[in-house]
Amino acid sequence: MTPLADMSLLASFALIFVSAAFTDNILLARFLGMCSCLGVSKKVDTSLGLGAAVIFVTACTSALNYLVYQYLLLPLGLDYLRLITFIVVIAAFTQLVEMIIERVSEKLYNSLGIFLPLITVNCAILGISLFMLNKPYSFLQAFAFGLGGGFGWFLAITLIGAIRERINEAALPRGLEGPGITLIIIGIMALGFIGFSGMIKI
Amino acid sequence: MLAQIAISVGFLLACGLVLAGLLLLAEKKILNYGTCHIDVNSGRKDLAVEGGSSLLSSLAENNIFIPSACGGRGSCAYCKVTVREGGGMIGPVEEPYLSPEERQASVRLACQVKVRRDLRIEIPDELFNVSRFRAKLLHKKPLTHDIVELRMQLLEPGEITFEAGQYVQLESAEYKGRDSVMRGYSISSLPSDRNHLELIIRRVPDGICTTWVFDHLKEGQELNFSGPYGFFHLSDTDAPLIGIAGGSGMAPIWAIVRDMKEKGITHRPATYFFGALTQKDLFFMDEFRQLEKDCPWFTFVPALSKEPDDSGWTGERGLITDVVARRFPDASQHEAYLCGSPGMIDASVAVLRSNGMPEENIFYDKFA
Repeated sequence: MTPLADMSLLASFALIFVSAAFTDNILLARFLGMCSCLGVSKKVDTSLGLGAAVIFVTACTSALNYLVYQYLLLPLGLDYLRLITFIVVIAAFTQLVEMIIERVSEKLYNSLGIFLPLITVNCAILGISLFMLNKPYSFLQAFAFGLGGGFGWFLAITLIGAIRERINEAALPRGLEGPGITLIIIGIMALGFIGFSGMIKI
Repeated sequence: MLAQIAISVGFLLACGLVLAGLLLLAEKKILNYGTCHIDVNSGRKDLAVEGGSSLLSSLAENNIFIPSACGGRGSCAYCKVTVREGGGMIGPVEEPYLSPEERQASVRLACQVKVRRDLRIEIPDELFNVSRFRAKLLHKKPLTHDIVELRMQLLEPGEITFEAGQYVQLESAEYKGRDSVMRGYSISSLPSDRNHLELIIRRVPDGICTTWVFDHLKEGQELNFSGPYGFFHLSDTDAPLIGIAGGSGMAPIWAIVRDMKEKGITHRPATYFFGALTQKDLFFMDEFRQLEKDCPWFTFVPALSKEPDDSGWTGERGLITDVVARRFPDASQHEAYLCGSPGMIDASVAVLRSNGMPEENIFYDKFA
């Protein structure tokens, strides 16, 4: 019996969300989703846009991939195909969402839609879908894990964006401009987030 | 073992097919905007197009060619049109290219406006005369070490109508991983030669289009261009002319001066200042000298800025702008025709204005 099974549904949901967002922060503790983070985190508003898109996609795809895994891959004995299957599901899902957003709201499309193609190949999303299989989660718990993981990435990229906006004004040594200083910032922030590790064991 | 392989392959196949089918279906259902109407210049043309593609390509399908150098990626900002109705919000790609005044006047980039509903747009009337041409390259003649002259036979349509001084957009073909691009080049041939077109092109280091022209384009090959574009042509005043252009910028001046000769416009004195670095950058010298002999109203002034002092060059020396200033201390009654790089044009405009020429009498094509 895992400790999670004893808790009420809401408590386990909240616990998984917090641990996925902070103690297991996908960007700062696992260093996933780094390329899109380096590319987009120049400004807070673009960081917010991409972060929001990531939250939405991780939450939905982790739920979707959970179902695919439990009801297709496991019964067929194909769980070794989970990696490639998840990639395809995520890619198709983001495409579909992009189309729907484009049709429904031009405003949302302009602020969020351009980030969706970037997300298709974001390893953080795939990572969250794969990591959730390591734990004996129920469907709702898997959803919470995806939501929390996405929120953690959102938080990290927004913080990095805010720091970069300020540091771009500073006189940096030429060799450190751009990705160089960003990687150092991310490293220092990661040290901070490592302080959370071990606080919650799930 | 075999069953295992069959199941896994079958599963992946089914997975891919189902998802691809779903996406195709979704695209048909969700992104179907039906037929949209585009009203161009308040009723001058009414186009019925299938919604969903960009305004730029929808117009091109209907033979209205808006100038575009980047092929619709939103990086050249040439394809500005006025969208009165139905354009939707300004997208993130076009935002940096639109000034506050342009936003006020509902100017948009045609490549970034998607046709989702009926549109009302305005374009310059000249663009109705623009077509896309297919042509065969007759010859590619080196004029200097880095400038060639292209001569083409028009195939489809077989004739072009333009004014001397206008330009066309040449489409480069794909090569070595470089995309097809469009670049503007002034026409150097005469409007009366309606079945042919000549261009003078200078090699730009690492330029996508000029590298294609110099290294990949062969005589006898077919190529495409659209045109004519531009407002650079002889005015219908009686003012005397000053032409300033270096290198391949000579093309429109070469066309304008010969066009004047052909049309018998003899009452407007014209002086052409040809700026170059050294003698090896000069071309068409004999042709211009002959033109000078044939036309008493025409003066040709080549000037070299980097020619060694001990060479046999007896013509003008120094920066072309200094030579112009020396020859025309009072330019207040003249008109100027400039063609070249932005730096050279800005410098020339400054000199001409300080010598009394009103800004509205200075005409130029800036080729960055």
